[in-house]
Amino acid sequence: MQIYLPIAEVSVNAFLLLGLGGLVGVLSGMFGVGGGFLITPLLFFIGIPPAVAVATSANQIVASSISGVLAHFRRRTVDLKMGCVTLVGGLMGAALGVVVFNYLKSLGQVDLLVRLCYVVFLGIVGGLMFIESANAIRRSRQAAKAGRSAPVKRNKHNWVHALPFKMRFRTSGLYISVIPPIFVGFAVGILSAVMGVGGGFIMVPAMIYLLHMPTKVVIGTSLFQIIFVAGFTTFLHATTNYTVDVVLALLLLIGGVIGAQFGTQIGTRMKAEQLRILLALLVVMVCVKLGLELVLHPSELYTLAPVGEG
Amino acid sequence: MRLLLVLLLTLLPALGQAEEVVLGLSRNNVAITANFDGSELLIFGAVKREEPIRQDLPLEVIITVTGPSTAVTVRRKERTFGIWVNRDSVDVDVAPSFYAVATTGPMTDVLKDIEDLRYKISINRAIRSVGAPSNILDAERFTDALIRIRQHRGLYLEDEGGVELDEQTLFRTSLRLPANLTEGRYKTRIFLTRGGDVISNYETEIEVRKVGLERLLYSLSRNQPMLYGLMSLAIAVAAGWGASEAFRLLRNS
Repeated sequence: MQIYLPIAEVSVNAFLLLGLGGLVGVLSGMFGVGGGFLITPLLFFIGIPPAVAVATSANQIVASSISGVLAHFRRRTVDLKMGCVTLVGGLMGAALGVVVFNYLKSLGQVDLLVRLCYVVFLGIVGGLMFIESANAIRRSRQAAKAGRSAPVKRNKHNWVHALPFKMRFRTSGLYISVIPPIFVGFAVGILSAVMGVGGGFIMVPAMIYLLHMPTKVVIGTSLFQIIFVAGFTTFLHATTNYTVDVVLALLLLIGGVIGAQFGTQIGTRMKAEQLRILLALLVVMVCVKLGLELVLHPSELYTLAPVGEG
Repeated sequence: MRLLLVLLLTLLPALGQAEEVVLGLSRNNVAITANFDGSELLIFGAVKREEPIRQDLPLEVIITVTGPSTAVTVRRKERTFGIWVNRDSVDVDVAPSFYAVATTGPMTDVLKDIEDLRYKISINRAIRSVGAPSNILDAERFTDALIRIRQHRGLYLEDEGGVELDEQTLFRTSLRLPANLTEGRYKTRIFLTRGGDVISNYETEIEVRKVGLERLLYSLSRNQPMLYGLMSLAIAVAAGWGASEAFRLLRNS
């Protein structure tokens, strides 16, 4: 069934969009990532104009994140306090990110920079997570052989704990300074505005490895924070660039919210290490795909854009 | 009196034409609805003449349909430090969003180059690029790329021999309008030629516009962007919450 999108001004298959939304929704529920880093390139691929794809996937991320976070609320795996602290940084970061984005746009090379951002960040995050999770799985196997449960060995005391403005985060079981969470939120906010994603794929590892939050709490908290950052981004795009396509968003999110529910179910039945290694593999795959596109000889050297855009 | 003179002057060239076009269109507007998936456009007509058909040179018909024009930036990638980066760019000043040209025979036979230059009929002529930066020596490659990309997307069509002409009087052609059509007035031109010279031309317009829900959403997004943004967010929130509740009920029952 073909459907004409009023803002994107292209005609696409409605079931294709539903399926795409569903697939990304499952991942979103499983890993606590908004899925923007997957859905945006996929939308480019099916012929949606890049500006519309970026803005609309932000809107879709809002829906799938809400659907996911409600499931986490019921299981009490959302650290609201931590979410709000990172959100403060996140909104500031997103606002700055939009300014940076428009500046790069005026220089011309924004397309390349966004791609490079993807490759670099996905590469680093995916690689680190993969190594760490593989080690964790090996450790727990060895521990099982030795006949005792896996030890939770994390470096609990480092420079992070020496910072002022300490606050107690009960749900996470942490007593740390508010500076690192705000900083993490801020950095992710910038990246999410520049790269047009929710930023979950950076937020999740940052919470695990920098803030030392428990993995089960991280996903719910990250989703909670993403809702607002992605919502803010959607609103900015709708009011400044007029590029949010509500019909496209609706189709994606119908698939997405249903997928997210299944994803959350799958996620609760898997071990944290397994979840992390799967997410790491996925991130590395997207990174390699985007990296190859930069290096390999493109089939079409020329690209078109309306004058004064992109 | 002066008005009459002006009228007479404007009528004179028309009277001078021995052969004229009487046109019919299968539709003079195209409505883009929610399930719009391209459209077939039938253009037909007849040649009206006061005198017997000339037998020396065959009559040929050229039909063009031109979508709204915008300026386009064409960028070319170059390999720099191992990665492909946008380097040179050329602004094409006038490039129709859609352009179709159909003829009764090969373009070189039915139209002289000088007439093409005057009426801008072939795709290459319909696109205008002035002032490519002086450091770019192969500016025509950029316009070629523009044409190639748009032909690939079905936006630029050239159908030599696509117009049927019976008894040098009745002509018809059908054009495939693609699904990714933009809104606006589509200028439709019909040229009659003999020996490559344009002997008569006729112009009309086809209106392409969004209707119903498509129209409503589009104008809302432009005129009330705040409201539109909030509406998009509200839909997202409702869908997320709704799905979550629905699944909870489903599991509990």
